[in-house]
Amino acid sequence: MSAWFAQHLTALRDALRRLLAMPLNTLLSLLVIGVALTLPTAGWLTIENLRKLTGDTPGVQQISIFLALNASQSEVGEIESRLQQASAGSWRFVPRAEALKRLQEAEGMAEIIGSLPKNPLPDAFVVTPADSRPESLESLATSFSTWPKVAHVQLDSAWVKRLDSLLRLGKLIVMLLAVLFAGALVTITFNTIRLQILAQAAEIEVAKLIGATDTYIQRPLHYFGLLQGALGGLCAALLVTAGSHLLTPPVAELARLYGTSFTLQGLSANDIVVLAAIGGTLGWLGAKISALIHLRRIS
Amino acid sequence: MITANAVTKRYPEGHEALKNVSFEITAGEMVFLTGHSGAGKSTLFKLLAAIERPTSGSIVINGQNLSALRRNAIPYLRRKLGLIFQDQKLLFDRSVLDNVLLPLSIVGHPTKDAPRRAQAALAKVGLPGRGKAFPIALSGGEQQRLAIARAVVNRPAIILADEPTANLDAASAIEILDIFRAFQQVGVTVLIATHDPLILARLKPRILRLDKGEMSEQMPDQPLAGATP
Repeated sequence: MSAWFAQHLTALRDALRRLLAMPLNTLLSLLVIGVALTLPTAGWLTIENLRKLTGDTPGVQQISIFLALNASQSEVGEIESRLQQASAGSWRFVPRAEALKRLQEAEGMAEIIGSLPKNPLPDAFVVTPADSRPESLESLATSFSTWPKVAHVQLDSAWVKRLDSLLRLGKLIVMLLAVLFAGALVTITFNTIRLQILAQAAEIEVAKLIGATDTYIQRPLHYFGLLQGALGGLCAALLVTAGSHLLTPPVAELARLYGTSFTLQGLSANDIVVLAAIGGTLGWLGAKISALIHLRRIS
Repeated sequence: MITANAVTKRYPEGHEALKNVSFEITAGEMVFLTGHSGAGKSTLFKLLAAIERPTSGSIVINGQNLSALRRNAIPYLRRKLGLIFQDQKLLFDRSVLDNVLLPLSIVGHPTKDAPRRAQAALAKVGLPGRGKAFPIALSGGEQQRLAIARAVVNRPAIILADEPTANLDAASAIEILDIFRAFQQVGVTVLIATHDPLILARLKPRILRLDKGEMSEQMPDQPLAGATP
């Protein structure tokens, strides 16, 4: 067991030595791998942030119930008790007078409203459903519209649906990008390992002649691919983190102009570990394939 | 220790490098393989090291039939052999000590003990304290000693050397031969391929002679132990 461990340690040290032996080459490879991993990672992060943004906006998941203009006080009470029974979530009653007052406060509206002979606005309920899935919002809105004295039910579900499918499309695109760049990473490692094998052909030949197993020869190459991939992953994490730091102030400013607060979510420590692990795994894979193919040519 | 039985090696283009070659070398013997260049010495060397396989016939080393050897068993056979190549195959990008450490690393020798063992091997071939030098800084004879040190550091039971004294002056060649004899005296089986008549005349050893792929044998005129350098 300890001999096995020592051999792996030797191979790891050997791989590190080879990485450090040509710092410029290594740096370039890491940068290429880093950029390849940055694109899907940045895409994923953007989608995560958009999801968080929509999840945080309660306005999207509200249903407005507008009553008929001639609805009486008791009929309003009737709706209220029905809402209670349906246990649809929380709601707020907006009397028509209050609605008018609020509209008057809006810029430029006071004059228009002043010219009206009477209040054109109905009484309304704004319901925030407990269950915010698009399907249940839809069915809730349908049942509201059958109630007496309900003139109109407004649901922003179409908007939610559109955004939802847009996010799903985005996710698919990111996934395709990820597959593409994973292929690129494997190819990059494949080629670096090929060059490594060419550079060490003499050493590999001697080692084979004096009794080295294929495992012994391949082990440092596998570690090389693994290290290069993992470091490339860290490189990508660095690039993405730098990017999100640069974008945080303008995004916050934009959110402030829209009257909300929003902080851009960067990569967590966990995300960085996962990214390095993915890079390492792909690098190892590229190295394994390359070693299998190219070592066969050295007898 | 080494038994060859009716070994024939024919290359794809039709050239027959070895024809029906049979011989036996017992443990602790020192035997020379001789013949003109192109007589099949190197081919036999390659067959013994399992670098190539015979077309027909069998070679048994230390009880292992090489023809029946699976590909992944070859490394373990080679670890029992101390191979010295005609072109030495030293690694010039690493130090003398690192060259000798390579076989130890391959067999997974404990890392702590390996340098001591490698230094001992260097001392045995007359290169004590030269570990930090690079092979390029060594003379021809010293490079050959380094090749021997690398071959014996794992203490093999058999040493196979292909033209170990080629390109050496007579004095260096004799020193190299003395090293091989020292190993033979502690029980190692040694087979040396050479076409150097000077050495053969001097040692009067058991000689396997190859001529156009056919082998004839010449027994020693006198016991090897009594041979004087």
